[in-house]
Amino acid sequence: MVEAKTSPLKDRPLSPHLQIYRPTMTMMMSIVHRVTGGALFFGMLLLVWWLTAAASGPNAYATVQWFMQTLVGRLILFGYTWALIHHMLGGIRHLIWDTGTGLDPVGREWLTVATLVGSIGFTIVLWFVGYLVMGGMR
Amino acid sequence: MVELTLPQNSKITEGKTWQRPVGARNVTAFRVYRWSPDDDANPRMDTYFVDRDDCAPMVLDALIWIKNKIDPTLTFRRSCREGVCGSCSMNIDGVNTLACTKGMDEIKGTVRIYPLPHMSVVKDLVPDMTTFYAQYASIKPWLQTTTPTPEKEWKQSHEDRKKLDDHYECILCACCTTSCPSYWWNSDRYLGPAALLQANRWINDSRDEATGERLDDLEDPFRLYRCHTIMNCSKACPKGLNPAKSIAEIKKKMVERQV
Repeated sequence: MVEAKTSPLKDRPLSPHLQIYRPTMTMMMSIVHRVTGGALFFGMLLLVWWLTAAASGPNAYATVQWFMQTLVGRLILFGYTWALIHHMLGGIRHLIWDTGTGLDPVGREWLTVATLVGSIGFTIVLWFVGYLVMGGMR
Repeated sequence: MVELTLPQNSKITEGKTWQRPVGARNVTAFRVYRWSPDDDANPRMDTYFVDRDDCAPMVLDALIWIKNKIDPTLTFRRSCREGVCGSCSMNIDGVNTLACTKGMDEIKGTVRIYPLPHMSVVKDLVPDMTTFYAQYASIKPWLQTTTPTPEKEWKQSHEDRKKLDDHYECILCACCTTSCPSYWWNSDRYLGPAALLQANRWINDSRDEATGERLDDLEDPFRLYRCHTIMNCSKACPKGLNPAKSIAEIKKKMVERQV
């Protein structure tokens, strides 16, 4: 192949990318899928903390229980539930795409929006049921 | 690797605002990315005003109008002006597309134009396509056979020919490949949507006898599997093709040949 003659190359700039690209729904949800995946790592630490406390005795366990009942604790748990469900639904969406279906312009948008709406809906329902079982807000 | 900001020499500064055409009543503002290797300045955004009553309707028409009437130094690629050559691909209004098939009417307000994203800039709107073409060449985009060449042509049934639809139309404009965040972060190892769509075109070809080798070449954590179905590619394609679907089909064939 004949190479084009180039004058002594100076540092060429990199054209702008993330800064200028118009966000698309599928792109944003891909990012959210990653972020929730990362959040699950820290959620797992919560679970480990809870189990370790349960194994080490009533005092340690009571500390965890106290923390999880504070507003901050509940918010963290709520976020963790949402991240878990969102990431799971995202996984199902990827499974569907892996079969080669739902990749058309209508299907892909529908699946993406369904993941978001579904995860928020499921999370609220789950917490609602949880509080019902516990007998209301405590 | 993921990089959220631009390197120091790529940060964009405010450029020159060129004079409005005198007496024009129907004016559209253009903000255009400029960079020249002839000085040491950073890239800048120049503002031009286009007299719509004196200019044909497409974004490419406006760029040519600017070059002819305001600023002859504005540099961009163009050739066919009807969406078959793929030269004038650029980022217009936040989406990669062909300037020649994008109407100015489709854009609200100021028209913002950048080169294709995350590419090395040669000048203004002209990116360096070397890697893109090398990746295309790497998928061996030609018929590979082992059986002796027939006396006349390699024959193909109508059904088999249909399998090349939505693939052969690709004009290699790179709108899809440079819209892909995964490609932005891994362009040195991930082939990108255009090359993979082309790979699928040859994998699908009933006359080709190297399907196994082609799949072997793609069986790689980066070359194929950096596709995370972000789907900017399919939304950008100015020819209405669906590279994300082609890539999904290749992944599917990888699984199917193992079971």
